[in-house]
Amino acid sequence: MMKRNKDKNLSVHNVVKTFGSVNVLKEVNQEVRAGEFFTLLGPSGCGKTTLLRIIAGLETPTTGKVVLGDEDITPLPAAKRHVNMVFQSYALFPHLTIYENVAFGLRSRKIDPAEITRRVEDGLEMLRLGAMKDRLPHQLSGGQRQRVALARALVNEPDILLLDEPMSALDAKLRAQVQEELRRLQRKLGTTFIMVTHDQDEALVCSDRIAVMSDGSIIQCGTPEEVYDYPRNRFVAEFLGAANLMKAKAYNGGVSTELGTLHMNKPPDWTEGLVAIRPEWVKIRDSRPEQNGVLATVEDIVYRGNHFDLMLSPGGLRVRTNSYKHFKAGDQVWLELSAGDLVALEN
Amino acid sequence: MPNRLFIWRGELTTRGSLTKRGLSFLSSGMLWLALFLIVPTLVFMALSFADRGEYGEIIWKFTVENYQRLMGYSVFGWTPDYLYILWRSVVVAGLTTLISVLLSYPLSFFIASRPPRSRYLWLTLVIVPFWTNMVIRAYAWFLILAPELPFAKVAAFLGLVPSGSALYPSPIAVYLGMVSMFLPFVTLPLYSSVERLDWSLVEAAQDLYSSRTRVFFKAILPQTLPGLSVGVVLTFVPAMGTFIVPDLLGGAKYMLVGNLIQQQFGASRDWPFGAAVSMALMILTMISLQLYRRRGEEIELL
Repeated sequence: MMKRNKDKNLSVHNVVKTFGSVNVLKEVNQEVRAGEFFTLLGPSGCGKTTLLRIIAGLETPTTGKVVLGDEDITPLPAAKRHVNMVFQSYALFPHLTIYENVAFGLRSRKIDPAEITRRVEDGLEMLRLGAMKDRLPHQLSGGQRQRVALARALVNEPDILLLDEPMSALDAKLRAQVQEELRRLQRKLGTTFIMVTHDQDEALVCSDRIAVMSDGSIIQCGTPEEVYDYPRNRFVAEFLGAANLMKAKAYNGGVSTELGTLHMNKPPDWTEGLVAIRPEWVKIRDSRPEQNGVLATVEDIVYRGNHFDLMLSPGGLRVRTNSYKHFKAGDQVWLELSAGDLVALEN
Repeated sequence: MPNRLFIWRGELTTRGSLTKRGLSFLSSGMLWLALFLIVPTLVFMALSFADRGEYGEIIWKFTVENYQRLMGYSVFGWTPDYLYILWRSVVVAGLTTLISVLLSYPLSFFIASRPPRSRYLWLTLVIVPFWTNMVIRAYAWFLILAPELPFAKVAAFLGLVPSGSALYPSPIAVYLGMVSMFLPFVTLPLYSSVERLDWSLVEAAQDLYSSRTRVFFKAILPQTLPGLSVGVVLTFVPAMGTFIVPDLLGGAKYMLVGNLIQQQFGASRDWPFGAAVSMALMILTMISLQLYRRRGEEIELL
């Protein structure tokens, strides 16, 4: 089967990219470890795709460098980099069969024909495409085409596989399935995967580490848990999942807010700012809790199938509950905003 | 299932009714072609088997003499003169097409890479020569290639032509004239393919370790083949029959099949032989296009 990765870390140093007067990337520094599933997550226009294309060699950085292992690959064109890409629209060659599409990179490198046959057959097998090898891309479904794009890149045994919004052309149900499949594939091969996406679920399901990008910079980088549980600032808190944000002032090892004084395990290092709590972390209590209790009124209830979202006042709080208990507008409830669940955001 | 209902451009219809409607749209054009193309062609075909009278009149008596003469057989034995003219026409038309294609690729990419607003300016510049009559354009080359102008002087300095002589009539002058005449016929359809090029395929080819040549043949050529084919046909077919440019810029010795035909219907007053040459030109053009199509299919399959 395919070789294990070659233990090459990738790092980008002070990468800046400007198009005319627009700063697409502002001094990006990031290390991607060999063998990890790394995701660049951000809204459209944040520069994540540009960063991916710079790593692929399809774009040159205005300044800065890209280092793979101990080699500076910045001056190398895409054709000379041992890095392969799964394009957003897959970019399969429409006039070539599935087999020839997958063999394309190996043929470019003039690899021994017997070796090409072996690797292409293996690749088709691995992605369950054996039966389709003589078809043309337009005769395949979206999911199959995506697997062809994966096979076409992976048979080259690249140091890094780049994925540009690989699920954007799939429907929602297939997407969930493919996310897990992609994760399994990456674990099995041990190849470094770098994926670009704007879909937080995709990022959380697949990644070992996520870098959240906004406006040409990486705002926060960490494991999915770190990024979700301890969002660094308002942008990350709101982009990944939902968050209740409250204006707060530092007060005696906690904060004072319009909901009253709240204790925090990690008090803020500012005097005035925002604290956040995820809707699913707010607990609903029958009586006043010992600490951080808030008495709130139900304003509205949103049914979401497997849970309810309660909209409460004061503070416009959103609380997620799967309680059997049915609430109605006007009900008064006790909430507990646990000291460990409140996160102070950087200004 | 010929009567299966399906939606075509926002209308629920069947294949049968679409075909019927298509034929009715085509009928006026087909009538025109039948009257002014098919009928005259048949007349010519008949004419090519007729005989010529002493004063150039047509004698309707079946003979294959015209074709024998074209093949070079006469009372004096065999000469390849006419065959050579036919062959030269194929070569000139083929080379003109090839040069036009080679020039059109960079030109199309250049225009397609301009900002949208100036793109139309460049396209207009490609078409501008058409605003002038072809004969006048041929005479313009006389001026450009005149002995007093730098081109002829440089050629004389390099010893290519005797000093003080013009660069025409010559094969080079014919090619200059032909390529400048036919270039837009390749550039415009090719440009329309280049403009719609899916660049992600080019990037995919680059990403998959392709050399520049491989990128061109695997990612660009297959995508631009539709426009290229239109351009090749639009250039090769009229170039095969052209006679004004070779007549003016090639001189009397550089005869192409177009000139030969013109001569038969004009000065020589030998319509049956002219018709036979016309038939030969038509058959030759069809064979060439068929060969090109085969090559095209091969390229697509590569």
